[in-house]
Amino acid sequence: MEVRENLLYTSSHEWVMKKNGMVRIGITDYAQDHLTDIVYVELPEINKVYKKGDVLATIESVKSVSEVYSPVTGKVVAVNEQLENDAGIINSSPYDDGWIAEMEIENEKELGELMNAEEYEKLISKDL
Amino acid sequence: MKELLLNEIEEIEEEFLPDDIERKELDIPNISRRDVMKHFVRLSQRNYGVDTGFYPLGSCTMKYNPKLLERVASMEKINYTSPLQHPSTVQGNLEIMYRLEKALCAITGMDAFTLQPAAGAHGEFTGMLIAKAYFEWKKEKRENVIVPDSAHGTNPASARMAGFNVIEIPSKDGRVDMDALRSAVDEKTAAFMLTNPNTLGIFEKDILQISKIIKDAGALLYYDGANLNAIMGKARPGDMGFDIVHLNLHKTFATPHGGGGPGAGPVGVKEFLIPFLPVPRVMKNGDEYELDYGSKLSIGRVSRFFGNFGVLVKAYAYILMKGGNGLSEASSRAVLNSNYLMEKLRHIGYEVPYYGRRMHEFVLSLKNFKERGVRAIDVAKRLLDYGFHPPTVYFPLIVDEAFMIEPTEDESKQTLDAFAEAMEKIFHEDAELLKSAPHGEMGRVDEVKAARELKVTWKDLR
Repeated sequence: MEVRENLLYTSSHEWVMKKNGMVRIGITDYAQDHLTDIVYVELPEINKVYKKGDVLATIESVKSVSEVYSPVTGKVVAVNEQLENDAGIINSSPYDDGWIAEMEIENEKELGELMNAEEYEKLISKDL
Repeated sequence: MKELLLNEIEEIEEEFLPDDIERKELDIPNISRRDVMKHFVRLSQRNYGVDTGFYPLGSCTMKYNPKLLERVASMEKINYTSPLQHPSTVQGNLEIMYRLEKALCAITGMDAFTLQPAAGAHGEFTGMLIAKAYFEWKKEKRENVIVPDSAHGTNPASARMAGFNVIEIPSKDGRVDMDALRSAVDEKTAAFMLTNPNTLGIFEKDILQISKIIKDAGALLYYDGANLNAIMGKARPGDMGFDIVHLNLHKTFATPHGGGGPGAGPVGVKEFLIPFLPVPRVMKNGDEYELDYGSKLSIGRVSRFFGNFGVLVKAYAYILMKGGNGLSEASSRAVLNSNYLMEKLRHIGYEVPYYGRRMHEFVLSLKNFKERGVRAIDVAKRLLDYGFHPPTVYFPLIVDEAFMIEPTEDESKQTLDAFAEAMEKIFHEDAELLKSAPHGEMGRVDEVKAARELKVTWKDLR
């Protein structure tokens, strides 16, 4: 299962990428593998402020329905509209084409509470 | 005859139907009667149901549906009545509902039931509306409903639909984590929804302590009756401290379901909640049965007429057929069958998370198959090749690659052994064989494509 070096992670399997004062959010390779084939994604609302831990998106796979939690507090400025046509992109490219949303982060300090790649790798290896 | 009818229809059309909504040609399939008959009879023969084979679909209690129940429900005296008749002319129907309510009270330890809800989730929703009405009447602002992470997905959905916020708490060793429950409960808690035995088939042995925590906080304890089949005649939710209970008559009380008929999800309450039950309620006044619409606090109707009356009749017939001892015996055998099969499968090498005695069902984890690239869905599909309906897969969510088996009380030892034998063969089979199953005429249905590219009518296929 791929864990990328330059990203930050949550224990609920979201990844966060820092990008000039903004963050890009998606779910990890481990998460997509567990969900199996994804068939539908309910994307967050643009311009809406989500608090850390709020439900940001809902992902439906053939197996179950799962929620994506906001890893930080901030305003959603962009969503990946490609997912509306083909939610399976999350399966094939969870870290690149399968990103879910971009947010303007309110408090940079919150990023310090997230895991680095090494810590996340440890978390999922416990699970396996 | 046909001419006459067509003339009549034309007259009616001319009189009542505006020209602009009249269609001259209808886009409906044009197939001979004979071909239609052949098609549907063939489909019915290809169908797989509780009358054709083992159906261990966990959480669904696919038990045998006694044919006597069908005969009772189709008796002229029952079948030729209408819900619009005056109560004085359908005293027998009302008596059945009244007596069924009393029987369900005796089985569950509750004080009154509404028979209106049409299914389990509808019962949950009704129960949550009752909780909401109760706290509104008490003028208490309680907006949270707590559910364990092992709950049926319908629990949080029903609570949310009734306007509550849902708080999920983790499980510990396959049961409610008492510390997590204590820290989640506060003065804003409206209810805690619990299935007992839970979805892992484990009895929540701390139930009296759980009940005390909820009562001390002034909240309500809600019983999801999906698993009542494990404890009939042994233990009663009412005695455990539950305030609201829903039952699934189509599971526990043997009426057909899963394509075989509608359900019924009666909701029972303790005395203090009776005023909030839906109306009308069937009451007995001397020797007469009557419909009571009186309660000002009632949440109102939740179904047209009296719910799925035919299902109620069948469930009542089942209860009478079994009697108290028979229901208790059914639970004993359901639990025996489940533990027997679990031990057989465990002996083969299948993993049982939180291993220990189970109630009427058990959950395997097939996560060890993943090393070979095989998942629970592949094993489920392979079971089709052996002529078995697969168990429930990927539920409960707290078990990785969950495989949830509920044999029910009606299966013989031979059937359980035959199933275990198929599972043993599968355990040693080649990964490729499993991943490409089933190997029959149909092959593997592409579930992903089915979900991504919905075809909801035959017209989409033209």
